[in-house]
Amino acid sequence: MSGKPKLHYFNGRGRMEPIRWLLAAAGVEFEESFLEKKDDLLKLQKDGSLLFQQVPMVEIDGMKMVQTRAIANYIAAKYNLYGKDLKERALIDMYVEGMFDLNEQLMSYGYQPADKKEQHFANMMDKATNRYFPVFEKVLKDHGQDFLVGNQFSRADVQLLEIILMAEECKPDILAKFPLLQSFKARISNIPTIKKFLQPGSQRKHPVREEEVPKVIGIFY
Amino acid sequence: MSRKPKLYYFNGRGKMESIRWLLAAAGVEFEEEFLETREQYEKLLQGGSLLFQQVPMVEIDGMRMVQTRAILCYIAAKYNLYGKDLKERALIDMYVGGTDDLMGFIMMFPFLSAEDKEKQCAVIVQKATSRYFPAYEKVLKDHGQDFLVGSNFSWADVHLLEAILMVEEKKSDVLSGFPQLQAFKARISSIPTIKKFLEPGSQRKPVPDDKYVETVRRVLRMYYDLKAN
Repeated sequence: MSGKPKLHYFNGRGRMEPIRWLLAAAGVEFEESFLEKKDDLLKLQKDGSLLFQQVPMVEIDGMKMVQTRAIANYIAAKYNLYGKDLKERALIDMYVEGMFDLNEQLMSYGYQPADKKEQHFANMMDKATNRYFPVFEKVLKDHGQDFLVGNQFSRADVQLLEIILMAEECKPDILAKFPLLQSFKARISNIPTIKKFLQPGSQRKHPVREEEVPKVIGIFY
Repeated sequence: MSRKPKLYYFNGRGKMESIRWLLAAAGVEFEEEFLETREQYEKLLQGGSLLFQQVPMVEIDGMRMVQTRAILCYIAAKYNLYGKDLKERALIDMYVGGTDDLMGFIMMFPFLSAEDKEKQCAVIVQKATSRYFPAYEKVLKDHGQDFLVGSNFSWADVHLLEAILMVEEKKSDVLSGFPQLQAFKARISSIPTIKKFLEPGSQRKPVPDDKYVETVRRVLRMYYDLKAN
């Protein structure tokens, strides 16, 4: 059995994408087992592999971990991307939880029914530009450092880059009013592990395409 | 200024209740400021106290913390309720994730229409008895210990007790197929700090009522049209 973490999910972003980003940022190679149809999920459930019968599930260090946050917390702590003390951790957690909230909206957009799409889009763009991005712009402005927390690269930086890029896929000029986020984006994208993950051929997933939606829904419902 | 943590929220459960439970379990006294009017909320917003314009917010150790999960993790770590190493922490995080999801179904309940309430009640009981309770029952059965993780009282135990009591409010005999959880419930309820929190007059909040729903809607100008899962 390989020592590498093994990710169980469908071949798309969903809730697993932040975990892929984090592992990639930490320079950790990982394997993936893709659910293609409902039977694949049923098999995992019958195996007893899924604590709450849900994916994401990541096999790592002898554990079958579920719950996105639990998995991300474990990886961040293991690979020193979680700050140096309780207070830095608190800041990272606050920022990352805000990002999770925005990510929920970004991630679910592609799965909205046609009649809800427009409103969902407007709402998520509004939240990105009026609630979340101004906060992180201000954090960077106030301390003038390269990274969000403790003058050190952390999961908060990884997660922020991820949502910036996702938001830009929806609205390419979304960072127009955020100069510090623009330079942050350039800076973090240049970190070697991140740069590699951003190249074609990496395990980064594309945004869900309309024609893929029925297949994904068929796995879970 | 008091050194006690100060909680800013409505006078009701919502997202703050798990924080009250954890502070109480840790034996930490706390103060509360209740949001009753839109003006109070706008004052907090204008003052820059709410990082993402949302409550819960907790003033603690010189920080104005927001985001329920961040606040809970901080309290758990500070008061040694987060396991002794990374692996125990991983288990606690997994278990808490499950009870969080379960309580999420209950949290929206008071905001639903009467018809949706009935549907949601069935969903809550179904999820509890077929997805969540069996998982925790098995954990306890497999290791035979008093607590969920690492033979030590942790956040996971507090959170599970909170979830059990909330589901029982919807269906009082919901634990009937779960002997381990019944014993767990009795055991954790007897821990002195928890026992105190369960007594009348504590800062534990009652089941949300229409007045609570009306206050939340008035203050936040949101949640007028929630649908069941």
